[in-house]
Amino acid sequence: MSVDYSKYLRMDKLPLYWCPGCGNGTVLKALLTAIDELGWENNDIAMVSGIGCSARGPGYVNFHTFHTLHGRAVPAATAIKMCHPDMHVVVFSGDGDMTAIGGNHFIHACRRNIDITLIIVDNWIYGMTGGQYSPLTPTGTKASTMPRGNIDPTFDVVELAKGAGATFVARGSVAEPVILKNYIKKALEHKGTSVVDALSNCHIQWGRRNKFGDPVKLVDYIKSVTISQAKAAKLSKEELEGKYITGIFVDDSTKKEYTQSYKELIEKAQAKA
Amino acid sequence: MSNVEIVNGNELVAEAAIAAGCRFYAGYPITPSSEIPEHLSKRMPEVGGVFMQFEDEIASVIAAIGASYAGYKSMTATSGPGLSLKQEGLGLACMMELPLVVVDVMRGGPSTGLPTRVSQADYMQARWGTHGDHMIIALAPSTLIETYTETIRAFNLAEKYRTPVLLLTDAVLAHLHGRVEIPDISNFEIIERTQPTVPPEEFYPYDVERFGMVPPLPNKENWRKFKFHMTGLNKDKTGFPTVDSKKVEEDEERMINKIMHNIKDIESFEYYMVDDADLLVIAYGTNATAARVAIDEARAKGIKVGMFRPITVWPFPETQVYDLSKKFKKIIVSEINLGQMLYEVQRAVKGNSEIFTVLLAAGVPIRPQQILEKIEEVSK
Repeated sequence: MSVDYSKYLRMDKLPLYWCPGCGNGTVLKALLTAIDELGWENNDIAMVSGIGCSARGPGYVNFHTFHTLHGRAVPAATAIKMCHPDMHVVVFSGDGDMTAIGGNHFIHACRRNIDITLIIVDNWIYGMTGGQYSPLTPTGTKASTMPRGNIDPTFDVVELAKGAGATFVARGSVAEPVILKNYIKKALEHKGTSVVDALSNCHIQWGRRNKFGDPVKLVDYIKSVTISQAKAAKLSKEELEGKYITGIFVDDSTKKEYTQSYKELIEKAQAKA
Repeated sequence: MSNVEIVNGNELVAEAAIAAGCRFYAGYPITPSSEIPEHLSKRMPEVGGVFMQFEDEIASVIAAIGASYAGYKSMTATSGPGLSLKQEGLGLACMMELPLVVVDVMRGGPSTGLPTRVSQADYMQARWGTHGDHMIIALAPSTLIETYTETIRAFNLAEKYRTPVLLLTDAVLAHLHGRVEIPDISNFEIIERTQPTVPPEEFYPYDVERFGMVPPLPNKENWRKFKFHMTGLNKDKTGFPTVDSKKVEEDEERMINKIMHNIKDIESFEYYMVDDADLLVIAYGTNATAARVAIDEARAKGIKVGMFRPITVWPFPETQVYDLSKKFKKIIVSEINLGQMLYEVQRAVKGNSEIFTVLLAAGVPIRPQQILEKIEEVSK
């Protein structure tokens, strides 16, 4: 079934600001396809971002869109959800935005379990500012501020989100866009904080420094370093070194969602008043 | 609240916010502002509003801005160090032109300074703390009742001009307990943001060509119908980024002019015993209360001294101060810092008046006696 993307895109804002072949487009398409399959109306969706290449995503979609400060998408999204609890609220931001400057907001949203979906376009680099390393830049690879190779260890975003209390956590990649779309769809449907780590290609800022200046080569490389949960289960820790396990890691509907808790708080306060 | 209450300044801010229609509060604990969130954590759910304590000061101001985007009247409260952290957010609200009230209960600084003690040392931070050209409105109440009424005015100005408004109180005013007759809210004009009259597909958040300097913005009831984009980047009328230098220049100037061209509506000040005076004191906020006592005592001694008290402290009332400089050869500036409004007074008098000061940054209020001594010394 083909999707009429013009229903969701602000067609007058095209062409995209992103470099040709950028993974942001693939992740955005996965999101819009998931929304189409869910049959959600544009007026019921708010899309919020911080700063960075992927943070320009909301500008292209015909939803309520809010392009905030670097790292600050999550508190803005939290507020919008609290003000309009029946809205669908999505954050679309990069790895630097979400896990470095916005890292505190990220873990606290997971802890609260507020019903927002956090999509991390995880391309291992700060693209817009010129290829500096982020907390998700693979150790040993080059960045404009790590010209001799990155000495920083990385976060495992999946473990971080799990530890912080997110009730839906998945990882997919632009190398398998249909599977990524399915994860995003499940995340959107989930009532609680949902996190999707979407491995994506920045062949310009990360790729060119690491012999993957061609987008197809980089997407193939991403595919080669990802492995499904089922296959990963059969491998040793050593064999999994440097691999990104994909799949749905948490899908828990038992924990109370935050706007529901707040609604009950209001009822309690008003009954007493 | 019943009509007469024993309350402190922080509780009055909280209660006035609710009376003004604020239904979203986000904050982070910081002394000496704590009674504001404590009171609102109780009251907000009662009126169906949102109270949230966030993980930090930055998240709080951004959440309040997000709520304002979503149509809510919103507020955050903090003190000096927290205001420093909120400054980037303050600029975002300026650029997005979103109504927002930020309460700053001033304490000593720099840095952690004197958390429980009074100061007026955020006077310049309020004006120039965020980067970039911008205009800001800041109000400095001087008494408990004014803390209530100026909070309401802060919300009204924020909504009317689509701008952040700072309410500058301080540790003394925040924790001063007194009997206050809470005004009947029906006696106040409560201003709401102008609502769009166009169909949603024709709505732009900055449509100044059609709707003037402060265009309509959906409130919480209408918000859902109007899908629009906002960004911290320089924007055109549609809300989308632009680097067109002509559009940027026009927009930057308009954001300042929407306040400066309406200054008559925004300014607020008090002249106290100025008419027959030949010496003038300029003071604001808590410190103006000490100055008033000093003036009364000086008058009892036969010294003709008066006070000019800015209530809207930003934009600075430079026209009024310039006019006063033509009459007063000597002006005493007093503030609980080492001289911040002083710069504005020096600029505004254009050399007409000789300036004297009573300044103090010691974590304690300036005593009326200190101001009186300066009055006596200068009037000799």
